[in-house]
Amino acid sequence: MSTTENTFAAAGTSEGGQELLSRSELTAKELLREVGSVLRMSESEAAALGAVEHEAPEDQTMIINMGPQHPSTHGVLRLMLELQGETVLRCKPIIGYLHTGMEKTGEALTYMQGGTNVTRMDYLSPLNNELVFSLAVEKLLGIDGDIPERAVWMRMLLSELNRMSSHLLFLATNGMDIGAVSMMLYGWREREEVLRFFQKVTGLRMNHNFIRPGGLAADLPAGWRDDVLAILENLPSRLEEYDILMTGQPIWRERLQGVGAITAREAMALGCTGPILRSTGVAWDLRRDMPYLRYDDVEFDVIVGQYGDAYDRYAIRFNEIRESMRIVYQILDRMPSGDYRIQNKKVTPPPRARIDESMEALIHHFKIFTEGFKVPEGEVYVGIESPRGEIGCYIVSDGSSNPYRMHMRAPSFVNIQALPHMMRGGLVADAVAVISSVDPVLGEVDR
Amino acid sequence: MGLAQDVLDDGLGGIAHNVVTARIEDLVKWARSRSSWGASFGLACCAIEMMGTGASHYDISRFGMEVFRASPRQADIMIVAGRVSQKMAPVLRQVYDQMMEPKWVISMGVCASSGGMFNNYAIVQGVDQIVPVDVYAPGCPPTPETLIHAIETLHQLIEDGEIMRRRTANNGGAAVELSLETPSAVSVALGTK
Amino acid sequence: MSDVVEPVVETVELQHGCPVVNSHGQRVLLVARDKYVAVVKALADEGFDMCVDLTGVDYLNVENRTVGADIVPERFEVVVNLLSLTKRERIRLRVQVPENDATLPSLFDVHPGTEAHERETFDMFGIVFEGHPDPTRILMPEDWDGHPLRKDYEQGNIPVQFKGAHS
Repeated sequence: MSTTENTFAAAGTSEGGQELLSRSELTAKELLREVGSVLRMSESEAAALGAVEHEAPEDQTMIINMGPQHPSTHGVLRLMLELQGETVLRCKPIIGYLHTGMEKTGEALTYMQGGTNVTRMDYLSPLNNELVFSLAVEKLLGIDGDIPERAVWMRMLLSELNRMSSHLLFLATNGMDIGAVSMMLYGWREREEVLRFFQKVTGLRMNHNFIRPGGLAADLPAGWRDDVLAILENLPSRLEEYDILMTGQPIWRERLQGVGAITAREAMALGCTGPILRSTGVAWDLRRDMPYLRYDDVEFDVIVGQYGDAYDRYAIRFNEIRESMRIVYQILDRMPSGDYRIQNKKVTPPPRARIDESMEALIHHFKIFTEGFKVPEGEVYVGIESPRGEIGCYIVSDGSSNPYRMHMRAPSFVNIQALPHMMRGGLVADAVAVISSVDPVLGEVDR
Repeated sequence: MGLAQDVLDDGLGGIAHNVVTARIEDLVKWARSRSSWGASFGLACCAIEMMGTGASHYDISRFGMEVFRASPRQADIMIVAGRVSQKMAPVLRQVYDQMMEPKWVISMGVCASSGGMFNNYAIVQGVDQIVPVDVYAPGCPPTPETLIHAIETLHQLIEDGEIMRRRTANNGGAAVELSLETPSAVSVALGTK
Repeated sequence: MSDVVEPVVETVELQHGCPVVNSHGQRVLLVARDKYVAVVKALADEGFDMCVDLTGVDYLNVENRTVGADIVPERFEVVVNLLSLTKRERIRLRVQVPENDATLPSLFDVHPGTEAHERETFDMFGIVFEGHPDPTRILMPEDWDGHPLRKDYEQGNIPVQFKGAHS
């Protein structure tokens, strides 16, 4: 700022120091005039800049890291994507961020306790995990033919309801990933109904440990039939609503159709099972093709897709809810009476009431829960159809009461291998839709 | 009654019932507790229950927490939902470090709190070894009710706590006091018990 | 069904030159290491076109183990589950892998879907699959020491004390 003395000096033709003041001495206003706060550029200059070659060279790619903490990945999945512009060239799923050492822990737990361990693998369909573990143990024990009918049908009931809740959750998360956020709320709402039934039956909303070697932990509670019927009657109208909301909508179709397509040959070579394999047109459902429990006694259709894209996988899961409802109706009609677990002293703890009266029963109860039961030597593999594909259990027994080796063939672990093939050549914006359509559960991938 | 009646009587005109006086600290804490946004850090089974808490039935937005932020920069509360593996631990710490102060941590479920049933090579036995935890929610997985209770507890902690320098009191740790009690010899006279 | 302990089965049946044993009604092929890939290939041509599962077992703690037939048991075993969609059949392969030379040729060329399984088996047991395109750890961090599912690897229990906890 010039003072009056300086003005007089200027009048005396002194040039003064012809230098810029240092910036700290400038006021904000002067600084603004001098450097400018906006980029000043004439239109011709800007147009000249536009002519500069800004296309990336052909071989210039970018590696992008997605996850492990990412809003749209399911769980802690990490993807390394190689991009050229918007196109995905290669993709590598990196897993292990949820590795829990369950197979190691499973070796330290008895067969009786094993259910608590395996049920936490695929936490969206815990009952299927318990079921496959129990079936494998029963096969090793040689009692797989003696399980009471009621227990078998109860297992089917729970397994199908679990499939419904799992697929409903898929609809919710798939909707959210693609932008149909209201579907998120709807899917959870319906799933909540099923979970409430589970809570009534097993005491827990998730991680039930209800299906155990030899049968189940308890009988169905009074009034279970009405509860199941309430779910079944409630659901169809809601599903129709979702049909209107999503299936026919152009935006929904545009986001999913033709996205992440694989062929049947690819899917089989990669070992994919479940809705992913079925979406390519291969009608393979272990419930029909290698029936376990009493699935050969009930009628249901295997839903098959055609194009192997994300839309087919969505539609398959959607319609599998309806098929599961059809099975549950048949189970309601045919649920036999009888025992809910095998009456085999070796495997079954004594009834609660007898513990009060009999010392032997008390000791028996104590021993079965502390030491567990011994399982004859051998090795066995059992595979069943979980909502995500074939879940298998491979157990090696050395004759003690703990499994010598307990391995789970997790469907998500294998299905996730298909991600690079589905994403190849697609847009990075579709990556989330593809991950979502595979519906991986990371607890099962990493175990 | 009084305030509401005033407004009903002569609208929002007068300044008398448009001004609330309070200590600035109370207002800050009140505001913080009512709009604490969560960082979505879903890991395992508990994440499903956490999402269930956010859904319509349990409706976490009643507590001003429905906004789960994807960016840790915008989040106030990290809910560690699920088991933390050795491979995940550095990532967890990085997300925590990216969050702005003031920040709080809820350890959801037994796996996050203590390793739970997975006492093995792969799982960090308690997330409080990595980040300071304010509230532990028990259960495997905790039901949405339990999580809501934990959130309410944390909100109370925010309202009761100091607004500045909250970490120094417990050394940045989990406020568990560990002390070694050495048994001291007490002479016992014969004839007594 | 078999109520008793499965006895060492007298093998009479051979498939692709490998003895077949029956384990709880499931067909198990005991494959020698040098014939492993060839047998899987032959089975794939026969219709077992899907490899469902591949895993390992560490038999360190089992003494006097018999595998069946005249197969010499080794410390490690790789178990492969194959599935035929057309025949609706499963078959299981068991390959003995010695401790001092824990290698096995990779199945990647026959069944690309075994990639993740082989990486997992390497990670957990330290069995090296020769010819695998990406023989790195998959579940554990890259710099991890040891192979967790080996029997001489500790479970890593940290003793838990319930006393003196802050109430």
